[in-house]
Amino acid sequence: MGRTLAEKVWDDHVVRRAEGEPDLLFIDLHLLHEVTSPQAFDGLRKAGRQVRRTDLTIATEDHNTPTLDIDKPIADPVSRTQLETLRKNCAEFGVRLHPLGDVEQGVVHVVGPQLGLTQPGTTVVCGDSHTSTHGAFGALAFGIGTSQVEHVLATQTLPLAPFKTMAITVEGELPDGVTAKDLILAIIARIGTGGGQGYVIEYRGPAIEKLSMESRMTICNMSIEAGARAGMIAPDRTTFDYLQGRDHAPKGEDWDAAVAYWKTLRTDDDAVFDAEVVIDAAALSPFVTWGTNPGQGAPLSASVPDPASYEDASERLAAEKALEYMGLTAGQPLREITVDTVFVGSCTNGRIEDLRSAAAILEGRSVAEGVRMLVVPGSVRVALQAVAEGLDKVFTAAGAEWRHAGCSMCLGMNPDQLAPGERSASTSNRNFEGRQGKGGRTHLVSPQVAAATAVLGHLASPADLSDAVAATPAGV
Amino acid sequence: MEAFTTHTGRAVPLRRSNVDTDQIIPAHWLKKVTRDGFEDGLFEAWRKDPEFVLNQAAYKGATVLVAGPDFGTGSSREHAVWALQNYGFKAVISSRFADIFRGNSLKNGLLTVVLPQETVDRLQKLAEADPTAEVTVDLVGRQVRAEGITVDFELDENARWRLLEGLDDISLTLREESAIAEYEANRPGFKPRTIEV
Repeated sequence: MGRTLAEKVWDDHVVRRAEGEPDLLFIDLHLLHEVTSPQAFDGLRKAGRQVRRTDLTIATEDHNTPTLDIDKPIADPVSRTQLETLRKNCAEFGVRLHPLGDVEQGVVHVVGPQLGLTQPGTTVVCGDSHTSTHGAFGALAFGIGTSQVEHVLATQTLPLAPFKTMAITVEGELPDGVTAKDLILAIIARIGTGGGQGYVIEYRGPAIEKLSMESRMTICNMSIEAGARAGMIAPDRTTFDYLQGRDHAPKGEDWDAAVAYWKTLRTDDDAVFDAEVVIDAAALSPFVTWGTNPGQGAPLSASVPDPASYEDASERLAAEKALEYMGLTAGQPLREITVDTVFVGSCTNGRIEDLRSAAAILEGRSVAEGVRMLVVPGSVRVALQAVAEGLDKVFTAAGAEWRHAGCSMCLGMNPDQLAPGERSASTSNRNFEGRQGKGGRTHLVSPQVAAATAVLGHLASPADLSDAVAATPAGV
Repeated sequence: MEAFTTHTGRAVPLRRSNVDTDQIIPAHWLKKVTRDGFEDGLFEAWRKDPEFVLNQAAYKGATVLVAGPDFGTGSSREHAVWALQNYGFKAVISSRFADIFRGNSLKNGLLTVVLPQETVDRLQKLAEADPTAEVTVDLVGRQVRAEGITVDFELDENARWRLLEGLDDISLTLREESAIAEYEANRPGFKPRTIEV
């Protein structure tokens, strides 16, 4: 019987297989950041162990780093200690580090791909659940806990329980104005935050094949929000073109050998998935979340759902609690929800294409009065590219703040946070209670919706801008 | 890792689904560089509410958390497991756990037990009706027992063995040194490297 893409990559990394035991898998690339690594390095030190493969390991600083005044000492002493701990650990164990201020610094999941380190058919891990991002290249990439970080540092392997396979086939073509973010939010709403549990998802079909690498990363990034072990997309010409010429992409004969191997990384025609989901791309429209988990979303054209409409008791209760936390009422049109803050950035939507699409909407327009908009590039390289294209000027001219690279407002670990009760439209990946700051309320959106929302002050898509005055609800 | 064989303690009913790891331990706590001292961060936002179940005197000292479905979703932070353990929990029962959280828990000796939702409901009702009721989580016999409830649970044999023995995964893997070295010797030359060594 044929094998799926995920099974092929898995099989190629089995170091040891024994009946009744998890497979021991070799890890090709280990990404580190300051938050989930200190206890792992401590463990190594206590056991007198070394990092087995420093040449397959790389670290950057992203979660704690400020996005303003980066040349000054970090104000929060606890954050500063964590960053200093990473620097000390990397120096002691010989790990390559791109600290704040370095030209290769940025969100770890933006840095790996742009350096060309993320390649098809590799296994990629990081103590960070959004490691699923790298699956966009046909890598088997997943987030791990700190104990596993220590395990990979010490052995370059992980014992892993078997997984199930799920195909999500996206038929047809995404309509104009509908992005990868809308697609993945719609997928999560469809299968639920636990729908992918135990599965490696392979996204396939014509709508996926047409996506750029950066859009594919947006899709795979949020696989974890559906509970999946990983998300993958088969590598193709788009993947190879993205990689060719990057710092760590293979060169010369190695390139040819690599491409020959990468071309084998497709699910066989006779392979069978454990589960299959089919999505009709043509039926999709801009999608946003209304609740406190990424599965609580709806088309922007819809209204806040009525919890009573849920048959499942625990879903009903979850919806009730979500509406209470979010300060929303059932039946309220999503377009009438006003926001205080708009955040464009994160490992989900902090790449150059995301910034270009937001800038295209803001060009010649202004951020609505009373709305704060933060634009945070995913890495220093993304920032430099944006500046070279003049995007930073577009953002600042519109009244948005142009910041330094980092995780920023995706999570409340650095100075960029929502105040209690504040509401955001955010291109990040999680709308959990308090995720963007204690008491903050988050609506997950695409960069296009974020930009249009910033202009109008309420959740909106670019299509709403042409008749902006008519579309503005009373009281905004 | 501390071994887990069997544990008996009082239970806390947490009637929420999709309890993500940001709720278990908010991000600002993750700045710490140790594995301890997270107990005050556990469910920090919810604990501001005096009515929250952990704030009720009757549940003080309880050691078994009986949670709604999809417990531990979201971030991979192992700090969520440490926070539960630092607070005093020995076991968590739910009808479904997020994969990464589950893996993390079993690597730290926090036993996560999957039971049918109907049984979880019964345990929650029991703990609500009688906060002094004891629940036994028996890994040797793979069984959860409480008044009027006896239910078997599954856990793969390898994970169970590691927990029962309190084995350190890294030491076990290092026994495979020759297999790892052989794999490394045969890796294709085009695979990426972060540095030249």
